[in-house]
Amino acid sequence: MSDQVDHSRRRLLTAATVGTGAIGLAFAAVPFLESWEPSARAKALGAPVAVDASKLEAGQMLKVVWRGQAVFVVRRIKSIVDQLGNHDALLADPASDDSTQPAYIKSTGAVRARNPEYWVGLAVCTHLGCSPLGAFEANNSFQVSGVDLGANWPGGFYCPCHGSKYDLSGRVFKSMPAPKNLTIPPYTISADERVVIGVDDAPKSA
Amino acid sequence: MAAAPESAGGSTGGGLIGWIDQRFPLTKLWKEQAAAYYVPKNFNFWYYFGVLSLVVLANQLVTGIFLTMNYKPSSTEAFASIEYIMRDVDGGWLIRYMHSTGASAFFIVIYLHMFRALLYGSHRKPRELIWIFGCLIFLLLMAEAFMGYVLPWGNMSYWGAQVIVSLFSSLPVIGGSLVEWIRGDYYIADATLNRFFALHVAALPLALVFLVIAHLMALHEVGSNNPDGIDIKKYKDAEGHPLDGVPFHPYYTVKDLVGVAGFLLLFCGVIFFAPTFGGLFLETPNFEPANPLQTPPHIAPVWYFTPFYAMLRAVPSFAGTQVWGVLVMGAAVLVLFFVPWLDRSPVRSIRYRGPIYKVMLTIFVLSFIALGICGLKPPAGIYPTLAKICTVLYFAFFLLMPWYSKFDSVKPLPERLTGHA
Repeated sequence: MSDQVDHSRRRLLTAATVGTGAIGLAFAAVPFLESWEPSARAKALGAPVAVDASKLEAGQMLKVVWRGQAVFVVRRIKSIVDQLGNHDALLADPASDDSTQPAYIKSTGAVRARNPEYWVGLAVCTHLGCSPLGAFEANNSFQVSGVDLGANWPGGFYCPCHGSKYDLSGRVFKSMPAPKNLTIPPYTISADERVVIGVDDAPKSA
Repeated sequence: MAAAPESAGGSTGGGLIGWIDQRFPLTKLWKEQAAAYYVPKNFNFWYYFGVLSLVVLANQLVTGIFLTMNYKPSSTEAFASIEYIMRDVDGGWLIRYMHSTGASAFFIVIYLHMFRALLYGSHRKPRELIWIFGCLIFLLLMAEAFMGYVLPWGNMSYWGAQVIVSLFSSLPVIGGSLVEWIRGDYYIADATLNRFFALHVAALPLALVFLVIAHLMALHEVGSNNPDGIDIKKYKDAEGHPLDGVPFHPYYTVKDLVGVAGFLLLFCGVIFFAPTFGGLFLETPNFEPANPLQTPPHIAPVWYFTPFYAMLRAVPSFAGTQVWGVLVMGAAVLVLFFVPWLDRSPVRSIRYRGPIYKVMLTIFVLSFIALGICGLKPPAGIYPTLAKICTVLYFAFFLLMPWYSKFDSVKPLPERLTGHA
């Protein structure tokens, strides 16, 4: 044995030990980080939800819970559906280019629905996740903390938290805190107005 | 290291203390941190808020421990367990109100404590690390308060959590999965409540206590600043103690006790006569259980977050994302960390600064208060515009500081603390 200490060897071994330890630590952190992911139970509870929309009268709305989020199912008044394409100039994203929805919804343009009479969308404001309120008839205003929605309010959704306004297809108006139109989840609607939220399959022709 | 036991302590006395001192630096710690810790003798009213935040921290720890004994961190039981504490547990209402009022009191004393630093330049060299530890404490305190507010699982708890957690979804690319990871579900759910409970009662308090110790160690290493902002170590007596200093104990322990007594009078007044403080300390919608299908008509955070919340709302979405508001809000807190380097004034204390700093500090305080009011109000009328103006003023105070603090006139500094013959 030499009395000399080989410092470079000692440094290398120390660095290698520290490095190995750090890798081990990183792997050991994985289960802790993973434990914050949605559990198997939470995933199972995220299954599709079915709702019978034929019970709705025109101008009525249902809220159903899918994955803990409220989903609007609105039966729109036909005269309002016909006017939906008329105010594109006032909207931030009229063609829903920057918004989130299945491709089969985007292709429907202003109505944003598989069946123009029934509108389905998440009741979650795209700003910060509050739940918008709905008004489904022209000039059917509502008092929200003294907010005036204007005499020509055509009906739509209004978020009480930060004042974002959407039309009845969930398309956001310009200069609102919300950047995007209301998100539309995957859903199907059958000929007898049975809506299934959470699945994409094209509705079977009855 | 391997020091001989008899040389380990500051005292070599006998008896129990001597026995301990040979094994643990009890007397040494006491001398260094209190009996022989020399503090400038001209502390004024503003110097109460440090010790008061310690008092509130102790209050939060003790009442918090007792609340966990009856609280159930489950989405189906949390709300009812708080009502149980309030109605059926002997003394439960008092412990809970001490804790909820303590949260607001914490922010009151911390905000005043931080204002004191801006007044007298307590963040300036060599006290930058004290200030940074303090900013970290403030940041953790905000996380602690937010998670604590979720625990009662009232409707404002739920929707407040929804809004704040959604902030992360605006981050590009990782936003969506990050939010899912934070929530542990597809929405604010039982899993979210449970992990917030764990963080609120274990992880964050531990980190807070550790940071408070670091804050005090750094303070006692360099010594306290004072209202004159000048160094007291220049003139020392024969024993090497600063001429303008007095030992922390008994002089300031006694003075602080008076401050603590005054504070407790006000604190108890709120607990007994106005625990909700008109909906400011405990918001009215939080007396309803959480309802994922029903947003409260107007979501406002608790008062101590409203200045930052107003800044978040003041920034419109741009380029298809609303991340900008989140970044501005984050920057509003982060900019605090840089104050010691932004301030280029040759003097520390406002007493010897020129008019520009005084005007800027006044504008800053007024805009901070105005932002707080904007954040409480619905985003309508004059408030959105006012919030935008005040956000600009808030940042102007910090970002223009390198220039105005440098060019501002200064008065000559005294050699020794003023007000003493």
